[in-house]
Amino acid sequence: MRKIALNQLDQLFAEIAASRKLYLPVDTKAGAKFEPWQQGTVLSDALNTVRSAKDFFFPQTENLMDFKVEGKNIEVIDTRSECEDFVLFGVRACDVKSFEVLDRVFLAEPVDTYYKNRREHGVIMSLACTRPQETCFCGTFGIDATEPEGDVVCYKTEDALYLDARTEKGSALLESLGCLTEEGDWAAVDAQKAKTREYLAKLPLADLKTDGFGAGTTSKFFDAPEWKELSATCLGCGTCTFVCPTCQCYDIRDFNTGHGVKRFRCWDSCMYSDFTKMSAGQPRLTQLERFRQRFMHKLVYYPTNNDGLFSCVGCGRCLAKCPIQMNIVKVMKKLGGSAND
Amino acid sequence: MQEVKREVLVSKASELLNNGTVDRVLGWKAGEFDYDITPAVFYTAEELERDFVWNDFCGANFSKYLVAETGKSENKLLVFLKPCDTYSFNQLLTEHRFDRERVYAVGVGCNGMLDISKLRSSAEGILHVHTEDADKVAVDTLYDGTVTLDRASLLPDRCVNCKSKKHVAYDELLGADGEVLDSGRFDEVERIERMTPDERFAFWQGELSRCIRCNACRDVCPACTCEKCVFDNPQSGVENKAAATSFEEQMFHIIRAFHVAGRCTDCGECSRVCPQHIPLHLLNRKFIKDIDSFYGEYQAGAEVGSRAPIVDYRTDDLEPGEAVERGGEHA
Amino acid sequence: MTDIKEPLIPVVGVVTDIRIDTPDVKTFRVVTPEGKKAFDHKPGQCAMLSIPGVGEAMFSITSSPTNTEFMEFSIKKCGCVTEWLHSMEVGQQITIRGPYGRPFPVDTEFAGHDMLFIAGGIGLAPLRSVINYCRHYRDRYGKIDIVYGSRSMQDLVDYREIIDEWTKDTGVNVYLTIDREQPEWDGHVGFVPSYVKDLGFSTDKIAVLCGPPIMIKFTLAGLQELGFDKTQVYTTMELRMKCGIGKCGRCNIGAKYVCKDGPVFRCDEIDELPDEY
Repeated sequence: MRKIALNQLDQLFAEIAASRKLYLPVDTKAGAKFEPWQQGTVLSDALNTVRSAKDFFFPQTENLMDFKVEGKNIEVIDTRSECEDFVLFGVRACDVKSFEVLDRVFLAEPVDTYYKNRREHGVIMSLACTRPQETCFCGTFGIDATEPEGDVVCYKTEDALYLDARTEKGSALLESLGCLTEEGDWAAVDAQKAKTREYLAKLPLADLKTDGFGAGTTSKFFDAPEWKELSATCLGCGTCTFVCPTCQCYDIRDFNTGHGVKRFRCWDSCMYSDFTKMSAGQPRLTQLERFRQRFMHKLVYYPTNNDGLFSCVGCGRCLAKCPIQMNIVKVMKKLGGSAND
Repeated sequence: MQEVKREVLVSKASELLNNGTVDRVLGWKAGEFDYDITPAVFYTAEELERDFVWNDFCGANFSKYLVAETGKSENKLLVFLKPCDTYSFNQLLTEHRFDRERVYAVGVGCNGMLDISKLRSSAEGILHVHTEDADKVAVDTLYDGTVTLDRASLLPDRCVNCKSKKHVAYDELLGADGEVLDSGRFDEVERIERMTPDERFAFWQGELSRCIRCNACRDVCPACTCEKCVFDNPQSGVENKAAATSFEEQMFHIIRAFHVAGRCTDCGECSRVCPQHIPLHLLNRKFIKDIDSFYGEYQAGAEVGSRAPIVDYRTDDLEPGEAVERGGEHA
Repeated sequence: MTDIKEPLIPVVGVVTDIRIDTPDVKTFRVVTPEGKKAFDHKPGQCAMLSIPGVGEAMFSITSSPTNTEFMEFSIKKCGCVTEWLHSMEVGQQITIRGPYGRPFPVDTEFAGHDMLFIAGGIGLAPLRSVINYCRHYRDRYGKIDIVYGSRSMQDLVDYREIIDEWTKDTGVNVYLTIDREQPEWDGHVGFVPSYVKDLGFSTDKIAVLCGPPIMIKFTLAGLQELGFDKTQVYTTMELRMKCGIGKCGRCNIGAKYVCKDGPVFRCDEIDELPDEY
């Protein structure tokens, strides 16, 4: 466990950024956002970024390959290059957990090499929460906001940042910062954790339960009459999907530049009417079916395929951003039965 | 604080349900917190009593829901409309998007609706929001006890620059009607107009580059009621869920602004729902301001059946050359 | 599933032959520019074909794996990509990636059994691969019955191959039917589900169904009336697909991804999926 005074954070960031790209949450007009560190960048105090950290591994748009087309001939051009090493500082416990949810999709055979490339080159410096918000419910999914996972886990107290390496990558990074940091002990961190846990217990959603949901519960929820009411005023936009750290559906499209064709991948949403549309027909005709798909996937289908792990981490972004304020908490309370009364 | 009380709305809705005037009610439903209110359809007086909410967070404009909702039943639906919502209501009627006979519209006065993101950035760990006072909002928080905020500081731009407290459509009105206001809604547009072209480009690029193409602005917009949007059509060549280039975000928003020009009532829903806080309504207001100055003042939705100047040819219409001259060297 | 190193990056394929099967179905023969088969596959598996700038789409590989020289795809014109494919000439290059999906269990559950193949319209395309596989390894299977129907005589896919090869095999019975009478047709007239029931097959075999959802539904009901259990009946599903590797989310139905866990399903497995198909 290493320690550095908060007033020396700039030196710490400068040292990390000297050898690789460093991204950290910065306040902007539109809320906190991960930005590359440069001299003068100030770490945001906000609990979380507006967009999740998934962008770093699964960006909203990325070029997959190029094609050169000449007459009847086609050339496939692999445009990938090795990702540069980077450090992601200030990732909260919920977002770190979301990487596991994404890993289980993208790193399952056959491996998505685009994702893997970025994942291997990123070092996660997570940051324990100290001021959770009313929209937080990571505890529901067994996540401890005061004890995130990550390559290096950071804890902020009144006057210092404590850093604890958990992986080889993390140890290597911390060692390279050795001269800036000093040996720290757990006393101050534990005191801060105890204080934060008191706040966590008082959160309005602290008692939300996943009871009843999970692997193998499709038939229990699929035909529930409540979906009608829950989805009645859904706009069918993709806000929830796009701010969600675990949503990973994507589309692959071609873009003709006039000089060649770029095949790119971009985020897609099961909330969109054309997501499943085929020339032969449309299996999900109504917003009810599309809305149901999103929540069934998070609460039933994904856990069925992933040892009971839910594909929600309780970050609360959809609670904050849905234009009609409909979200997974309302779905769980409505469908979850007595556990959430 | 809202002048008209929740009980008045609930009792009116229950009365209309019970006497058979309507068979369902489009209203605001309570959420997990004091501020996360969802538009919902209520079928019984009991549901209304239990879940119906009318407070400072009922910003959602219900007009667009009428397009789908009126198609679901022969019977009348009760809809509550704030003054600005009534303009969208009229505009949709002008465009024949729903059957007026299937709606019972109850106008309800509005004292402005609070901006949830402004509230959340002014108070951390919100447990309760007290909005009973006319000028102050008291917020019980997890970290700082009760925080008292100026109500005016929590209003979104659309309410700060409210264009009208007058209802332009209703079957019945709860509370007193207001007046069309002399708002300062074009001040911000003028500020942007005064920028140099480079500054203006940088301003919009900065704003629009945050777009994540979630389509919430389009999906909530009462002027966007096409059965099939061009941006959802794979054959159109512009259908993209994410921007392939930074230019595309600008294309999307500017094309959309053109599509709703002359029909946008300036209800401000686009900016309310944007998860990235892009002031999209300013694009539409620029069109409104230009239409006003080129063709004379025109407010979309002020009356049913009015023709927007840009779809109404008159012999004394502005010559295109004048617009070019006005653009000066940058036209 | 076959190990695929770069699942999203295709290879180039050359169309070396185009056969017109019906007014809206063509069969394309594809090899690599070096003249080889692009990759090995198993019966029932699919491949992603694309024309850069137009799009990518999933098709079942209609040729049998026992064909080591090329792959064939019978494709019905019904969308943007297929329209482009139909307008191609021999020599055109396309891109191809795969193989994708769970194949028919030809070497396990099917081995040693009598087989009943039932197809409607373009539904013969995914079955042609497995039929020809069973014909190739004739001694590994018992009697083979094939019921195939289409709207008209002109809409029967692979008609020449059926008449010239399949009907001549010993132990292979082919029953063709068309929906409506035609002057030049002296075979059976009627819909596939009722023809299957009329033929009244014994239940000591495995049935494989492919066709429009409505045909599958009624034929399955008919087979059950004849005494077949759902565990004896296999079919293939079609949903919109983009990645082909169970990640992009489009073909997700219940906890399954059609591109990875299908397209071949045993009918009792489909019962466990939510009713969205």
